[in-house]
Amino acid sequence: MTNGWIDIKNTDMMLIMGGNPAENHPCGFKWPIEAKRNRNAKMIVVDPRFTRTAATADLFVQLRTGTDIAFLGGLIRYVMENNRIAKDYLVQYTNAAFIVRKGFKLPEDGLYSGFDAATHTYDKATWNYEEGGDLKGKPDTPGDGAPSANPPALPADVAYDLTLEHPRTVFQLLRKHFSRYTPEMVERITGVPKDQFLKAADLFTSIRKDGDTKKVGTIIYAVGWTQHSSGTQTIRTAAMLQLLLGNVGRAGGGVNALRGHSNIQGATDMAGVFDLLPGYLKVPTMADVDLKTYLTRITPKAAKPGPWNSFNYWSNTPKFAVSLLKALYGEHARKENDWAFHYLPKIDRRYSWAEIWDDMYRGHVKGLLAFGMNGVAIGPNSSKNIDALKKADWLVVCEIYPDETSEFWKSPGITTDEMKQIQTTVYRLPGAGFAEKDGTFVNSARWLQWKNAALPPPGLARLDQEILARIFLKVRELYQKEGGKFPDPVLHATWNYTDPHNPSLAEIAKEINGRALADVTDPKLNQTIKAGQQLPGFAWLRDDGSTSSGNWIFCGSWTEAGAQIQRRGTEDPSGLGIYPNWAWSWPANRRVLYNRASCDLSGKPWDPDRAQVWWNEAQQKWVGNDVPDFKPDSPPKDHMGPFIMNPEGIGRLFVPLAGMADGPFPEHYEPTESPIDNPLHPQQTHNPLAKRFSTPLDKFGSPAEGYNIICTTYRLTEHYHYWTKNNPMNVQLVPEPFVEIPAELADEMGLRGGEKIKVTSARGHYLAKAMVTRRIKSMIVDGKKTYQIGIPIHWGYRGIAEDAGKTGLTTANQLSPAVTDPNAYTPEFKGFLVKIERA
Amino acid sequence: MSNGPLEIKAISGHAGPVPGRDTSRDYDVCKLVDVTTCIGCKACEVACLEWNGYPFRETVFDNTYQTMPDLAWNYYNLIRFNEHTASDGTFSWLMRKDQCMHCADPGCLRACPADGAIVQYANGIVDFQQENCIGCQYCVTGCPFNIPKFNPETKKVHKCTLCSDRVGVGLEPACIKACPTGCLHFGSKDDMKDLAGRRAQQLREHTAHTNAGVYDPPGVGGTHVIYVLHDISNPEAYGGLPANPRVPWTVKLWKGPLKWLGNLAMFGGLLGVTLHYLRFGPKQVKEDHAEGKS
Amino acid sequence: MADTRRAFLRIGAGGAIASVLGFDLQPAYAQSKELKIARTTETRSTCPYCSVSCGVIIHTLGDKAKNVTPQVVHVEGDPDHPINRGTLCPKGSSLMQDILNERRLLKPQVRRPGSDHWEDIGWDQAIDEIARRIKKTRDETFIERDAQGRTVNRCEGIAWNGGCTDTNEFNYLVVKSMRSLGVCYLENQARV
Repeated sequence: MTNGWIDIKNTDMMLIMGGNPAENHPCGFKWPIEAKRNRNAKMIVVDPRFTRTAATADLFVQLRTGTDIAFLGGLIRYVMENNRIAKDYLVQYTNAAFIVRKGFKLPEDGLYSGFDAATHTYDKATWNYEEGGDLKGKPDTPGDGAPSANPPALPADVAYDLTLEHPRTVFQLLRKHFSRYTPEMVERITGVPKDQFLKAADLFTSIRKDGDTKKVGTIIYAVGWTQHSSGTQTIRTAAMLQLLLGNVGRAGGGVNALRGHSNIQGATDMAGVFDLLPGYLKVPTMADVDLKTYLTRITPKAAKPGPWNSFNYWSNTPKFAVSLLKALYGEHARKENDWAFHYLPKIDRRYSWAEIWDDMYRGHVKGLLAFGMNGVAIGPNSSKNIDALKKADWLVVCEIYPDETSEFWKSPGITTDEMKQIQTTVYRLPGAGFAEKDGTFVNSARWLQWKNAALPPPGLARLDQEILARIFLKVRELYQKEGGKFPDPVLHATWNYTDPHNPSLAEIAKEINGRALADVTDPKLNQTIKAGQQLPGFAWLRDDGSTSSGNWIFCGSWTEAGAQIQRRGTEDPSGLGIYPNWAWSWPANRRVLYNRASCDLSGKPWDPDRAQVWWNEAQQKWVGNDVPDFKPDSPPKDHMGPFIMNPEGIGRLFVPLAGMADGPFPEHYEPTESPIDNPLHPQQTHNPLAKRFSTPLDKFGSPAEGYNIICTTYRLTEHYHYWTKNNPMNVQLVPEPFVEIPAELADEMGLRGGEKIKVTSARGHYLAKAMVTRRIKSMIVDGKKTYQIGIPIHWGYRGIAEDAGKTGLTTANQLSPAVTDPNAYTPEFKGFLVKIERA
Repeated sequence: MSNGPLEIKAISGHAGPVPGRDTSRDYDVCKLVDVTTCIGCKACEVACLEWNGYPFRETVFDNTYQTMPDLAWNYYNLIRFNEHTASDGTFSWLMRKDQCMHCADPGCLRACPADGAIVQYANGIVDFQQENCIGCQYCVTGCPFNIPKFNPETKKVHKCTLCSDRVGVGLEPACIKACPTGCLHFGSKDDMKDLAGRRAQQLREHTAHTNAGVYDPPGVGGTHVIYVLHDISNPEAYGGLPANPRVPWTVKLWKGPLKWLGNLAMFGGLLGVTLHYLRFGPKQVKEDHAEGKS
Repeated sequence: MADTRRAFLRIGAGGAIASVLGFDLQPAYAQSKELKIARTTETRSTCPYCSVSCGVIIHTLGDKAKNVTPQVVHVEGDPDHPINRGTLCPKGSSLMQDILNERRLLKPQVRRPGSDHWEDIGWDQAIDEIARRIKKTRDETFIERDAQGRTVNRCEGIAWNGGCTDTNEFNYLVVKSMRSLGVCYLENQARV
């Protein structure tokens, strides 16, 4: 979230799309309700189904799953055509006025300039700004433009036209790009009737009617947007819409990812994913032959119009990276060995979730450690994951309940004879439940909150950190005794915990915050942090080895003043729901990101009633109710951009160069399995960069083969993924798997509620009872009558209902395809094709 | 004292007035259910079951999100789900928390013949005292909302207590505390009526629900559970909320005029006995041993 | 003063007699049951389910005296928490049944190649065997240099799947240990 849960109460307008917070985040959903109760805020819900969230909405629009970009693109067009833009914000705080270099081509045919059909990648040299000066009133000359630098880089001095009239301004290109997303086109693609779309468009953008700059709107989404083959671009479309409306950085505004589980945000922050190191540092690649090459590659240089300023906070990257290496390898990270840079692996390709299973299936991955992660049930294409595990040498599962993954070898359909052929050794280790562990989660509002252990783990169950530490120290012992391949990082990783075999999470939390390894002085503040002291914040990090920090964005969370993450201050002096003394929020305890943008160019809040930060002329600094997300002493006249993490300092309507894999602007592509060709460009129906796999189990279905019903998957408020099927209370609330079927389709099939049905995709089938409902209606998509059905995912082959023989022992993800988004590598769990019949 | 007692206002099947009635002050408590902000999450169901510690029930999928078809003796609190199409074609998914309404004039208490099996506290909570319950189920007949449920094994009737054990020590009921959206609210009856009235007005003035209103049925003297409904003219759409609930006439008759008649007959009998006594004195038992032996 | 159900009967009956006699100024009281959390130990924690991160209070048996193994009595929302303010959803409200659950795994187990059942295994032996396997697979699949001679130090044979309720501190240990082993297939629920 750019903002936070409580902050939603400050909004005037909500677009909830690609998320169902009433269902999946009920306690957070009180804040949208508060906005309705206290501000008469309006709520628009756009979803393939009439959901629990829709039940409280002012306007519900049913949309075909996977067509969100078309809907949002239509909104962008509407905003521009009807002058519902926040003009000053747009010109001053986004790259609307930047000039794009010649040779850049919009995807009228479905492809941007630079596409290589052989590799399915883009040469992004043309996806860049033009260099040099104010082009206001200057005619555009023909030609292809200057050849790009190699490797391509952003120009330090970006050409611009603040009148936005130059034909190659981002604004004009944007207008042209989305001019195709007419209400009629939106209707053809999304199935949303034109009048309903216009009603939603008018309502959402009404906050900028007649030049109003006070009102604020928010966009709220979750995995309904991410789990598509164009998921990342969907979120970008929303961000662009919010930039056009001037809603980012403001109380009650922003682009708010609800995230899913308790520590999904933290797992991303802490680099639980292959392409990151802690604090969103990029993981090194094979081209990073030394630390300098790596840091040069990942440290951006400011790129902006001449008269403007850019903080370019990522210019501090070397300090973050060296401090991380010091935290990981201590005294073994020295200047002479490049701070142990080569202790870290260098990637040469994609190693994401779907690749793990594909490469295991191909025999490349031999061993898997799964700690609290049920990969078989989670899928996609669960049958492939089961077959992949059959080929592994070993599997270690740490869990609190018996799960599908640890029992893949006796999954339904495997005979005793087959079992004898499965050579995988499986260890199942009993871990600790949440109540038995302390430590922090990061919620979707970026709050780090410490929790306390209430009781010991039962039986022989152990704390997860104890299990991992004992395994790692045993491996280290083996390398010490026997040697082996490149033992240095294994031997030298810092492990100075009081009890190395069961490290205290408080000690680790302090290590993550970081400390001074030598005296560190800030001459400007005239302050020194003594060697050994906890650092007060990331501004103190150094790239000379004098500081260590396990994650720079968490620096400030456990300082000499104590554990900020344990704070329980309940005061909210501004009334904006900031709660500055409750726990701690990254970065630097600021609660709303980009909050400089909540003020006009002169540093005054757009809405004085919702004042977050402002420029104090007397003190010559930024002050306020929140921690300013800005260079504190940069006066408004210097025109420093509020989006300090971008090298341009502005919000990006156009993403230059490598920012996005599949285009500087979002474009609607059909889901991988779709009932129609793409009405925008039938010759390029799908995202050309979406990744498909090619094993015999990666099959795809089409309407011609009888797969003509759109299926989406989701979660219920009564259940939690594949966990609460072990909890009798939750099982009582929703006892059995079901599939939601439109009443109209059920009538056609002569199907009654409660009858058993079989849903089949090209990859597998799912057995459940039919829930016949009027909450999903048929749609006309590009002239074709189309049905959508929905499957809650919470069942598998181990659980209370499963063990009692009350289910079909199938998992919903036996249906879903392993196709991934080219930016976030998230699989397309939502929006694939199936057929249904009575079971 | 760790657990506070609650003062009693009315007692079922009890001869004579309630001891100490009206000798001290208390305010009426009230649960407000704003159906327009209910998301049907069932947190109230779980919080209720969790607090009361009843065993789990086997449930069966029944083509609905609703946990079970009706309340049960060990399930006090049920969200009723209804897909509803209004006369103008507007589709809505209505969710209503169903539980004991804690009537000011409780039909169950009126109907109950067992001394102290049902009590009404001075704060308005109507509570069943199972050890006094004789299992006659007259309360089930007496309730216009079909709430009390009979446990065939113990032969006792149960229903929502409005967490009298929690309220007694100054805590809010478990369902109220859990409710994620604040669709449930707890406070004094006056405050809740005020809050409900203002919410209904807001809905009428600022949303499409121009017919929103407060459900606090006068037929049972008002209730200590009140609803804000999108459409006050159609409470039946919310899973059978009666438009004009009343204590059944049979109960009224039985416990009203008939009771008086009964009392009259009883007092008449007593009077007759007394007059007879005054007139004729104590009954003389003649001891006629001779006769007896004859 | 009445504080048990039976006491109510007494007062009720006594009150009835008193009322007949005309001096019923002592009010009648009733209390249905003891407050079950009156003397429990309260521990502040965070709900492990969704990303709202509601504050919860775990009520456990005993007052932390040495001779008591705490067991959960009740779980309720933390009213101080600024986001949930004491509320909990149906999953959060049922956390007690997650903590106290008869389906919990209580001992390490192993399924041997070709076997059709789980066998119990001691912790020490399990750790020894797992460490041995990690080392073997690492040594067999480790790539120090790529075809162009660039240092890559990758272990290609081992993958890590992290869960959604792993704490930040645990995840940091994962990064430290797994990246030091050279693991590139490092993924988490965060991806999917």
